[in-house]
Amino acid sequence: MDEAQGVSDAGDAGVLARCRGGDEAAWAELVDRYSRYVYAIAVQAFRLSPADAEDVFQETFTRVYERLDTLRDDEAFRPWLAQLTRRLCIDRLRVGSRDTELDEASLAEATDDELGRLEEALAVRVALESLSENCREILDRFFTRDQSYRAIGEALELPPGTIASRISRCLGRLREQLEGRKAVAVES
Amino acid sequence: MSTRNHDEERLGKLLSALPAVPAGLVAAAKELPRTRHELDRIVELAAADAEFRRALVDDLETALRAGGHEPNRFVIEELRRRFPA
Repeated sequence: MDEAQGVSDAGDAGVLARCRGGDEAAWAELVDRYSRYVYAIAVQAFRLSPADAEDVFQETFTRVYERLDTLRDDEAFRPWLAQLTRRLCIDRLRVGSRDTELDEASLAEATDDELGRLEEALAVRVALESLSENCREILDRFFTRDQSYRAIGEALELPPGTIASRISRCLGRLREQLEGRKAVAVES
Repeated sequence: MSTRNHDEERLGKLLSALPAVPAGLVAAAKELPRTRHELDRIVELAAADAEFRRALVDDLETALRAGGHEPNRFVIEELRRRFPA
């Protein structure tokens, strides 16, 4: 098992079992955990248009919902999801390139690096969920929403001068989380 | 740059790597279990009621609203596939 996979798959089995039992909250949790990953595969790895990416996103989660019972190994959920999303992206590109031959081998080669990076990013995002609310908030505002120190300071009622050190401290905690999870994944 | 800073920079880049998904898309995906139930209910109704089935084929969205349904895009697309005009 590669390290990124070990980290991102932590906890999937329990959620998947609850989804199969009809637990709607578990399904919502699964969607929350993987929605950014699925969308990123469509828009970043395959560079689909926003409209096509939305269709692929919807189709991917519909198929996951319908086929969850066919998944044999819950620890393989993340690669299964990635493969499903990838297939749907290629189908979408094929429809859009009716007049020209779609070279799937070149496309796979071109997207491999980006898919690897997205796997790693997913592992980081899963680790982020285990941090305190304060750390999640400050890291999300700075790195995902691209807010300035000043905007973060105003929103969280913190002096702007303390934001950089808090970000650094939260990143340190995030790194510790990731290293701890990798160690568990390697041991198991 | 120290190793620590380099690690932080890389972590920051990975945190930014997964873009936010349009909120409506995530909400619709979360609603899938309920959406499937609604879809199944409408299909059952159509199987049992020839008039409703005809109305679906003639004008899907009007027939659904008349029947008290407020379907989302997924339900409409799936019903269009099952009951083509």
